[in-house]
Amino acid sequence: MAAYRRLDVAEKKGKNQDVTVVGFVDRKILDEASIQELGQELFQLVEEDKRGKIVLNFSKVDFLSSAALGKLITLDKKVKSHGGKLKLCHIRPEIYEVFAITKLNKLFDIKADENAALDAF
Amino acid sequence: MSESSWTWRTEQVIPSETGAGKRVLDDLLVQLEAHNWAEYDIHGIHLALEEALVNAIRHGNRSDISKNVHVACKLSPEQLWVQIRDEGAGFNPEEVPDCTDPENLEIPSGRGIMLMRAFMSKVEYNDRGNCVVMEKHRASGAA
Repeated sequence: MAAYRRLDVAEKKGKNQDVTVVGFVDRKILDEASIQELGQELFQLVEEDKRGKIVLNFSKVDFLSSAALGKLITLDKKVKSHGGKLKLCHIRPEIYEVFAITKLNKLFDIKADENAALDAF
Repeated sequence: MSESSWTWRTEQVIPSETGAGKRVLDDLLVQLEAHNWAEYDIHGIHLALEEALVNAIRHGNRSDISKNVHVACKLSPEQLWVQIRDEGAGFNPEEVPDCTDPENLEIPSGRGIMLMRAFMSKVEYNDRGNCVVMEKHRASGAA
């Protein structure tokens, strides 16, 4: 598996299958360069490492800009186009509000915590 | 509000490079924390200003390094006032597609203005569309 600078990647057991759990190194995901690099690493996870069952854990994320949301949308499309599933978890209330305002809580499968996300696989 | 009511103000001219607004944003966040604004309000203001700065740089000035973004902030115990002006041709904010429309939900961009309006008490563009004024009233929620 490729080395990642912006992501913490681990393989864990879901209810029925193995799942890739991804955490974020940056607490604030907002500057363009970081978001570009982050996006490339997330896409690499799907396209090169062939991970199809992915949980994104936002427990360490304090801040997310709309550009970062854009990368998540593109990631979600890539995962689905490869026949996989993507779930998000541990999103703090002020960031969840951003998903709700933009109605992206309808697009993404968002779980309260990592265990709930793993149980959903 | 009378000019004497403002306890802090700043004006900066920044180049059209994303990340160039970090210093003015950091300065403002320090002031908000020093004035004991609520964490929720600080988060919303941070997001709104980040979106507005990126819009000015990337869309307003089309990331043209020869163009600048003019940022002015004024802070009182009860209110924040911010003006962000780019040197571009402007646009009509009414023509920005509704990002919450189901047919637009999967488009990666186009959410900045909605987030600005959600977290600030007031967001107004000039007629040309190259200048936005945002206000946050400490006592009330977003407009």
